Amino acid sequence: MGIISKIINWSRLKSPWVLHFNTGACNACDIEIIAALTPRYDLERFGVVLKATPRHADVLLCSGPVTKQIESRLLRIYEQMSEPKFVVAVGTCACSGGVFNGCYNVAGGINSVIPVSAYIPGCPASPKAIIDGVVKLLQSLEAKPKSKRPGGKK
Amino acid sequence: MHDVHDFEDVKIPIGPQHPALKEPESFLISLRGEKITASSVRLGYNHRGIEKACEERTYTQGLYLIERICGICSHSHSTCFVQAVEEIAGIEITARAKYLRTLIGELERIHSHLLWLGVAGHEIGFDTLLMYTWRDREVVMDLLATLTGNRVNYGINTVGGVRRDISHKQKEEVLKAIDILEERTKYYIDLAKGETTLIKRLQGVGVLSHEDAEKLDAVGPTARASGIERDVRKDDPYAAYGELDFKVISVNSCDVYGRTLVRLGELMESFSLVRQVIRKIPDGSILVKSARKVPAGEAVSRYEAPRGEDLHYVRANGTEKPDRVKVRAPTLANIQSVSKMLEDRYLADMPIVIAAIDPCFSCTDRLVAVRDTKNKGSNTVVWETIRLQGIEWYKNKGIDFTSLNEKLTKLS
Ligand code: SF4
Repeated sequence: MGIISKIINWSRLKSPWVLHFNTGACNACDIEIIAALTPRYDLERFGVVLKATPRHADVLLCSGPVTKQIESRLLRIYEQMSEPKFVVAVGTCACSGGVFNGCYNVAGGINSVIPVSAYIPGCPASPKAIIDGVVKLLQSLEAKPKSKRPGGKK
Repeated sequence: MHDVHDFEDVKIPIGPQHPALKEPESFLISLRGEKITASSVRLGYNHRGIEKACEERTYTQGLYLIERICGICSHSHSTCFVQAVEEIAGIEITARAKYLRTLIGELERIHSHLLWLGVAGHEIGFDTLLMYTWRDREVVMDLLATLTGNRVNYGINTVGGVRRDISHKQKEEVLKAIDILEERTKYYIDLAKGETTLIKRLQGVGVLSHEDAEKLDAVGPTARASGIERDVRKDDPYAAYGELDFKVISVNSCDVYGRTLVRLGELMESFSLVRQVIRKIPDGSILVKSARKVPAGEAVSRYEAPRGEDLHYVRANGTEKPDRVKVRAPTLANIQSVSKMLEDRYLADMPIVIAAIDPCFSCTDRLVAVRDTKNKGSNTVVWETIRLQGIEWYKNKGIDFTSLNEKLTKLS
């Protein structure tokens, strides 16, 4: 690995920028994500910064089952992110569809639309679990920086 | 020829993913310069089909699904639904269960209003307020977690009462936490009344006159900030509210500032309500046994959610599953007034004006408008068509409920 890409990788791990996108959640997972960013849990101490546009983000935090309306938009937002990019599914709904499985307007979990790198279960996923998930994702990248993103298309 | 100043209106789409929006919804704004000339909202990104799904689930299963309509006012929805079911089934829950429902309801209001205060601060660029209120909000989240077992989506209601009792030690914890929160809220009230920048930013923004609020049927703090004293807890008491003493907070300023004051005032009322509940809660059991089947009938139930009046309609057909469930969440009642509030305002006011009704789109997304893009024009699908389509859809998937339904009707 060249020195430049080493620096880029290091900085990426030290300060992942996240974009939060609600794909049809009940809001509980979303407020828990915000709670994870506010003083009690303070995800920012790991360098995590919430970004407002997909073009700046490294990590896409998705919450909720994917509704049919949002499906194409989710894909579009994913495509707008620059490589390398990672997707974290927050909450049981995002992991598998959860309670909404089988509802007529629900397409399923996040991984039915885009590849997912980390799954954080819980209804809602508590801020502690979210921090744990994000830190684990970062660790897994540190361990094997050269490998493909976990969960990515082979 | 066009004058340089005579531009056409510029149309700006905002959403479904946008930094100013916390949930997927989309607005189409027409602008002339900085001024908004027209606005329309497009909902449905969050539509999951919960009402329909309830028909495939038993009442108890449906209850936990209904709770997940919205994670912020989850207790409102589940209580509203369960009240309707209990009314049809003719179940009278115990006084202790009523008090416990009230207690969780008020704690939920506290968490929701603190959350709102933070979000409002964020929308006007006052992020310190967001951090402060969300830190304090953790106190009430801890309480909810110890009382119910979960931070959000408490799952405490069940048909016939509640699932968890409150212990003596927990009562003391609640009182202690309420003292802390009250002190903090007093600080926020001082802030809201004394901080000039905050007042200047919020006063006269998002005006909804008393008449418009009446005409557009605004509910909750949005209505109460326009001088309408409307509160289901007072007008049509449910749970234990009939026995408790509280004021309906309303102001006449009709703007976002007024909505802030109303919510802050309600926080103080909620603290006093929680204290009263802890003092007055009677002994006894928390659950009455109920049959799984609910006799045929229908009921409408109302509940004052943190955002306003929530309304559930349930029709039972004598089986274990409801025949029809309909939810009218407070945001749906308030969303019409947003267009009015935005009229002729500046674009920069838009985030705070929308935030001021405390919108909850996961609550609201329940209308299906199917648009025929080829033939231009839209047609709204009526309920019965969707229902038949749903049955067809399941049949095509190899799931057929007809024989099961027949068996069930034979059994009952
Ligand atoms: S996992 Fe639970 S809390 Fe999260 S969006 Fe789904 S229903 Fe809501």
